[in-house]
Parts: sequence; C-alpha cells; structure tokens
Amino acid sequence: MPEVTYIEFDGTPHRVEVPLGTSVMRGAVDNNVPGIDADCGGECACATCHVYVDAAWLDKVALPEPGSQEAAMLSFAAVAQPDSRLSCQITMREELAGLVVRMPEGQH
Amino acid sequence: MDANVSFDPREDAYSKPLDQIDVSVPELYQNDVYQPYFERLRREDPVHYTADSHFGPYWSVTRYKDIMSVAINNQVFSSRWDLGGVRLEDQVQGYERPSFIQMDEPDHGERRKAVSPVVAPGNLARMEGLVRERTITVLDNLPRNETFDWVKDVSVELTSRMLATLFDWPIEDRHRLMFWSDVTVCHVDTPDAPVHSEAERYTELQKMATAMKALWDERAASNSPRYDLISMMAHADATRNMDFRELLANCSLLIVGGNDTTRNSMSGGVWGFSKYPEAYRKLRENPELVPSAISEIIRWHTPVLHLRRTALQDFELGGKTIRKGDKVAMWFVSGNRDEDAIRDPHELIVDRPRAREHISFGFGVHRCVGNRLAELQLRILWEEILKRDFEIEVMDKPKYLRSNIIHGIRELPVQIH
Repeated sequence: MPEVTYIEFDGTPHRVEVPLGTSVMRGAVDNNVPGIDADCGGECACATCHVYVDAAWLDKVALPEPGSQEAAMLSFAAVAQPDSRLSCQITMREELAGLVVRMPEGQH
Repeated sequence: MDANVSFDPREDAYSKPLDQIDVSVPELYQNDVYQPYFERLRREDPVHYTADSHFGPYWSVTRYKDIMSVAINNQVFSSRWDLGGVRLEDQVQGYERPSFIQMDEPDHGERRKAVSPVVAPGNLARMEGLVRERTITVLDNLPRNETFDWVKDVSVELTSRMLATLFDWPIEDRHRLMFWSDVTVCHVDTPDAPVHSEAERYTELQKMATAMKALWDERAASNSPRYDLISMMAHADATRNMDFRELLANCSLLIVGGNDTTRNSMSGGVWGFSKYPEAYRKLRENPELVPSAISEIIRWHTPVLHLRRTALQDFELGGKTIRKGDKVAMWFVSGNRDEDAIRDPHELIVDRPRAREHISFGFGVHRCVGNRLAELQLRILWEEILKRDFEIEVMDKPKYLRSNIIHGIRELPVQIH
C-alpha cells in the first residue's frame, strides 16, 4: 500500500499507509495523525484539512483550479500559501506513493 | 404552552396536515418543543414549504446532507442583505444592516479576511492563558450547595469578558456589549425584549456604533499594530473606508458572533450533562475526551437554530423546485439531529466517532469564523470544571429565549456539590 508522510507543525513526521482511492485527509484521520481536523468529513465545505504539499510533489499534486470550491475554501484558511491544498481533495493513486505533506500551525 | 399541561408536541406535530407545519414560530424554541416537528419533516417532507407564516412564505431544509448542499452552493443561495439577509425575518427597509455575513463574494470574503486573523490559531495561542486565568477566577468564586444562575454567573461572565478583549473594550463596561448583543438578536415583538420596534433597535445600535467609531478613529490614527477587531478593520484595505452603517452592521455581527453562541453552548453543556449523567461520568473518568465532548456539546445544543438564504435562480432540491427569490432556511438544529447522518442523534455521547462533523458552524464560505475561539473557551471551561471535580446539579429546566434564530438559554439554576 502506498505511504504518505504527514509532518506536524512542530516537525514530527508520521508515515502512514493510505489505500488507493482514499483521500489524504482520510488517511490522517483514520490513523489518528494529529493536525488535521476535517470538520466537514471530506465535502470540501470547510478548510480544516489544510496541508502544504512538499515541493518535490507539486508537479504530481496539481493545485486547485482557480474559481473552484477548493480554491474558495482555501482562501479563508489561516496561513494559506501557494502550495496549499485541502487534503480531502487529494485522492491516493500509485504515482503519489511516498507523498509528503506538512501541516499548518492550526486548522481554522 | 407550559400553562397548557395537556399539550403534546409530538401529537401536534404528527396530527396536523403537513402543509400547516411552520417551524419559524419562535415559541417552539422558547418552549423547547420543536424536535417532533423536525423529526416528522425529515421523514416525510425534508425540503418543506410553508406558504404562510409570520415571516412570509419560506422553505425549510431539514436534513444534514441537504443543508450541506445549500450551504456550499453560494452561487445559487445568496446571503445578501438587500435580498432580505440571513434570517427568516427580513431586514426591514431603512434599517438594513450590511454586515459581511449578509454579503456574497467577493464582498464577503474581502471583509471577513480583515477580521479573521483575530481568531486564527496563532492569535488564539496567545489568548489561551488569559482565558484560563479568567475561567479559574470565575469558577473559584462560585458558591457551593446554594442555588445560582449558571447563565449569569458563568456563561455571561466568561463570554462578556472575552468579548471585551476581542474589541479591546473597557472590561468594566462589558455589560453594554451584552445589551447590544441582545438588542441585535431579539424579535422586537417579544414582550420582554430589550427593544420593541426596529426604530428603537436601530437607535440603540447607533449608540453602539458611535462608541465604536470613537475607538476606531483613535486606533486608525495609531501606527503600532494592535490585534483587536476594531483596529484590524480600521487598518485593512477592504474595511478601512466603511461608512457608519456598515460599521454599525459589522460591529453588531461581531458582538453577537463573539459571545452569544459560546455563551449558550456553555449553558447547553451543563443542561446536556444533567440529562445524560452517564456521559458526564465518562468525561470525569476520561478527561482526554474534553475536545470531543466540546464538539458534541456544540452539536447537541446547536446555538444557531437556522440561517436563511435567498435563491438567485430556480433550483431542484430533494425533489422540490425552489423558485428564484424564495427564502430558504437551513435548520441546523434539525440537521444535527438527522438520524440518517448521525447515529443516536438525540443522545449526548462524549466519545462520539467523528464528533467534529456537526453542522453548528455551518459550511462553505460563510462557515463560522470564530469556531476555534469558541472551542478554546469551552475546552478550558470543561478542563477547569473537571479539575475541580464539580458535580453540577440542575435545579430546574432552562428558560429559553423566544427566538427562531438563536438557541438562547436565559436562565439555568444550578447547585455545585
């Protein structure tokens, strides 16, 4: 099963197996990785599964389309950056094996 | 309805013709009898039209999933004040309040971003010590084995201090903020409301805005950065040129959002645990469950009963056609008790799986901006209650506010043992 590394704001890494077809948010929540709240359960309706995608993965994890629901929600997230994504909108696939994401200071 | 002992809300809810069900009646919430009506609507008519009500014709969206789909579809479902705003009770002409909650994109987003840093994680971390210190003071001064009002002595005391901090308002003068909060949320036809007409409401809010404007001018002139709501608005590009009416509207929004909902969740939790003492026992034995218990209390109480949208175009929802211009109420108080979305929804369960997925903060771009501050205050309150191992005995049922928008608890007599 492909792995994802979640790095907490304080630098603590968590390597977790995430099944293909499952969201990166769900992978964190189901394995009790702290730092991802996911208040809406994956509907792209809040911004509390916010992550920064590691630079090495930005070509494989596309940024949200301008004007999309994800871009709108992210614009309200605390401390959004150009490499921000909502992890509920990243679905695990073969080419993402080894993905590294970092968590913001808090989810808001 | 308290006076009428033979009144059975369940019987009433299931015996009347469906089209006679009107969940906008404020007495349903004042008398705490609303649940059977929503239960029937969720089962039989989840997207429900009421042709005739005190607030005009409107749709009720009662299921979790449907509420979510309305909340995130801000292209179709507008919040605009000039279309009536976000309450079933329309904004009255001449007294409209153009706050950012009553705007669509991009106006809403630009203004919201001016104030959101105040309640973002970085600033909250700075506030935690202050919140804990105040909570300790308030709890340590409560009487033992003697009846007192939890609402007045704890919920209002704590949230009014927080509100003063958010505005950097003189703390000894905080009762005025609470008064303006009550002025903003009341239905003016309630007999003991703080104001009795829209004109009177507006006059009071003008006094509030005048006081805020004085602080605003002082802080706008200062170059040293401050983190209160007024300074943030006075310095942000999107808000610095607000006119008096918009200032009035936004301050009244932030006053209500900054205290009322948390105040009522602080009281609602005590009432909830008195109905589910097993849940409180479990929490006392497992204090690490506090964060999850907080989410559960916010779900179970549901401090905002509904928010309203206005359809900008025809839209199919749950097999019904909502027409352009129709009013649509998202009943959070019903979505949070939706049996199809939440298991045993009427029970307060402190270790509920996925407790965060309640609908009390709304969803989509208008999602509650202060949600993490609310959680912080509630978490610290319950942590400190558990440290003191309070046994809180509720002496009588809560007295609820006559309102179809705010799930307000006005009085909750308790004793601590």
